[in-house]
Amino acid sequence: MSIEIRNITKSYPGYTALDNISLNVGTGELIALLGPSGCGKTTLLRIIAGLETADSGSIILEKKDTTNLPAREKNVGFVFQHYALFRRLNVFDNVAFGLNVRPSSQRQSKSEIRDRVMHLLQLVQMDWAVKRYPSQLSGGQRQRIALARALAVNPKVLLLDEPFSALDAKVRLELRRWLRKLHEDIHVTSIFVTHDQEEALELADRIVVINKGKIEQVGSPQEVYDHPANAFVYNFLGNVNVFHGRIRNGKVVLGEHPIEALQGLNGHDEKAGQAFIRPHEIGISRIRSSESDLIGIIRDIRIMGSQIGLELESAGFDKPIEAEIPRDIWRNLELSRGEEVFVTLNKVKVFTGDYEI
Amino acid sequence: MQPSNTRQTVNIPGPRSRDPLAVRILLIGLTFLFFAGFIFMPLALVFSQALQKGIQLYLDSIVEPYALEAVKLTLLTAAIVVPLNAVFGLTAAWAISKFSFKGKTLLVSLLDLPFAVSPVIAGLIFVLLVGSRTPFGSWLGEHGIKIIFSTPGIVIATLFVTFPFVARELIPLMEAQGREEEEAAITLGARGWQVFRIITLPNIRWGLMYGMILCTARSIGEFGAVSVVSGHIRGMTNTIPLHVEILYSEYNYTASFAVASILVFLALITIAIKGAVEKHVHNNQ
Amino acid sequence: MTLFKGKQRKILPGFGLSMGYTVFYLSAIVLVPLSTIVMSAFGMNPETFFAAISSPRVLASYKLSVSTALYAALFNAVAGFLTAWTLVRYRFPGRRILDALVDLPFALPTAVAGICFATLYSPIGWLGQFLSKLNFELINKPSGIVIALIFIGFPFVVRTVQPVIAELEPEIEESAQSLGATRWQTFRKILLPHLFPALLTGVTLAFARSIGEYGSVIFIAGNLPLKTEIAPLMIMTKLDQFDYNGASAVAFVLLLISFSMLLLLNGVQRWQQKAYQ
Repeated sequence: MSIEIRNITKSYPGYTALDNISLNVGTGELIALLGPSGCGKTTLLRIIAGLETADSGSIILEKKDTTNLPAREKNVGFVFQHYALFRRLNVFDNVAFGLNVRPSSQRQSKSEIRDRVMHLLQLVQMDWAVKRYPSQLSGGQRQRIALARALAVNPKVLLLDEPFSALDAKVRLELRRWLRKLHEDIHVTSIFVTHDQEEALELADRIVVINKGKIEQVGSPQEVYDHPANAFVYNFLGNVNVFHGRIRNGKVVLGEHPIEALQGLNGHDEKAGQAFIRPHEIGISRIRSSESDLIGIIRDIRIMGSQIGLELESAGFDKPIEAEIPRDIWRNLELSRGEEVFVTLNKVKVFTGDYEI
Repeated sequence: MQPSNTRQTVNIPGPRSRDPLAVRILLIGLTFLFFAGFIFMPLALVFSQALQKGIQLYLDSIVEPYALEAVKLTLLTAAIVVPLNAVFGLTAAWAISKFSFKGKTLLVSLLDLPFAVSPVIAGLIFVLLVGSRTPFGSWLGEHGIKIIFSTPGIVIATLFVTFPFVARELIPLMEAQGREEEEAAITLGARGWQVFRIITLPNIRWGLMYGMILCTARSIGEFGAVSVVSGHIRGMTNTIPLHVEILYSEYNYTASFAVASILVFLALITIAIKGAVEKHVHNNQ
Repeated sequence: MTLFKGKQRKILPGFGLSMGYTVFYLSAIVLVPLSTIVMSAFGMNPETFFAAISSPRVLASYKLSVSTALYAALFNAVAGFLTAWTLVRYRFPGRRILDALVDLPFALPTAVAGICFATLYSPIGWLGQFLSKLNFELINKPSGIVIALIFIGFPFVVRTVQPVIAELEPEIEESAQSLGATRWQTFRKILLPHLFPALLTGVTLAFARSIGEYGSVIFIAGNLPLKTEIAPLMIMTKLDQFDYNGASAVAFVLLLISFSMLLLLNGVQRWQQKAYQ
């Protein structure tokens, strides 16, 4: 089912949670609402579900205006951040709940309900836990039950509110992969809310970046990562170095060094600019590879697993340069603290205009 | 104004920060002394006085017709008051804990009013409202309905006095439980009554039971308010506490304490149930 | 674009019904009956009103109710605090039973407590015998009232302070100790200030409760006019004489005192909550 969100606005005393948000979601898409805490993404999700009311605007589900419908009638599945499983009901009754509360005219027979519940539990690989109670399950298991429960009533739309944020890092990764696969099997139109850009990048068909109640950019993960529309999106979608400099002769001058930027900077001379560089786009070498290379002194080495983080100090830069290099390159270079290396800044994107991290 | 009810666990810091032995012994000793004088002795006294003239007389005092009538009236009152206040408590707790609205703080404070009112005043207000000398009261009197000096008066005064118990138990409980389960239920298509019956009610059953027990204990033991609205008419408008008072004022100490011992048993049972419920809740967390 | 009164719509069901019933029941059982006192007080001739509340007997009863409640509350501040501390901090046989019995004054009907203390402290009572040898009389004396009110207010102090003591982190005391503080210094400078808001709340609760106390007091008090007549008894006496105006007047003042206590209590509790954030 397609979703059309038209001009949704919601304010609370003192601040605006959502400012005239409009968005279209296609049938079967898996969309991420990505943004920092308090940006309004959860509010938007809850408005779609009918758990909050917008001040103005409308939600159209498959051509039908559902804005004023009570949550009960929207046929939207909702998965809560803290699962919201019914603690006094066992797993079976939790998943069967939506089917059991239907008015008798629409209710299926007991055996049909049982079949459907068991099918869903198998789908989420929790059929062994039928008689268990939520308190006896781990966080990841509870979330899978919550998902099965939401899917039981065949919702046209599945909404997930930071579904994995309450889980351990490892479980989070597993469930992430698992959700992607589930979506490929079931293909329900889904919107999930997250503040974790890795999650959004990995899971979503399209990402909607939201900040302070406004949409900053909508696009595929690749679009949003490689071609961020503005400084906010750039910074939010991954680690980044930000340096302030001045534009001169078509290059941005950082410290004393003129650096070539990704886009043409002609015509912006004498403007102040912020240069954004991703840590893993920085080249580290013992040999000078180009004229514009900087000299950096290694101040700190962080072994983070498959990537190695380097903190470099360079003349004229008021902040350290954060670089990331693959593990084997690091091993080959045999770097240690205090050593001098050549630093190549690649794919530098410059934004002119206000930016606050 | 009811004290909070949380299960206490022993909390002892490391050996270096423990209080010196002398202090510990002193405080434990003082505590026992205090309890001896204020708790144990009164308890022992009740039974020693009640049984002073032998167990036969003890039992006779309890099953004596007027005493039995008092018991019946007390239980009848409790049977009416507790369900009514329980329904109110559930309703108020639902409105207060599951919704946001202006004036909530005021409403919650108003619920505490009966606690701040002296029991005698609790009785007085109903005399002023529906006593036979008031316009409302005399109108009722013309239709054969007597409230003051009759059972309905006792019921309504007890209703006032025990008004907050269930609500005060349920409101913090339901607020702590939040709205998420109920929200989940409505996204799954449940209607209002279904949400309440299947989801909310089971979640609060211990708090509800506990509140009802407190309400029952208080309604059985209420003295001041009932004293005002009943006529102390034996056999008709006497409750157990009033009966205790009457016997005492007639210098019939043995019988008075004998009937009082019923109330003591009830109080001890209430405390025991409270302990059991708290332990259960504590273990469930 | 659809414009709707979204803000007014409640998400969960049943608000109108539950709110309506709540307000109705609250008004019928509590607010309307209580208003009779106010209406009666304001409907009276001001002279009648002031005469009723300022007769020597009545004034003495206010003074008595307030002063005995105060003494009892102060005693309970110490006794209740020490009991709470002992119950939370020490292990000894019978601890659980004592802990449960703290609630007895709360669960026991006031009349039973009343006859108990009257009998216990009467000149031929178990404790009264001792005390009369020491020339100490508690029957028909304000001090007897204080004893009864100590009993009544005790659980309020203990149960309010207990959870706060239980939640103290041992690390705080241990670090004070490791910095060289003696046990007493740690208690006085660190623990006591931390526990004070809760203690104050408990004492205010006990005090407010004791002002209006009736059943447990009238037996031991002797109810001698101008000496041991508590305010609630004054109301009762006037009712017996069908002096409804007098009764309402006295009740009105007592209510004022109680409600200001309630406001004070709310203020103290809010301070306590802020202190423990």
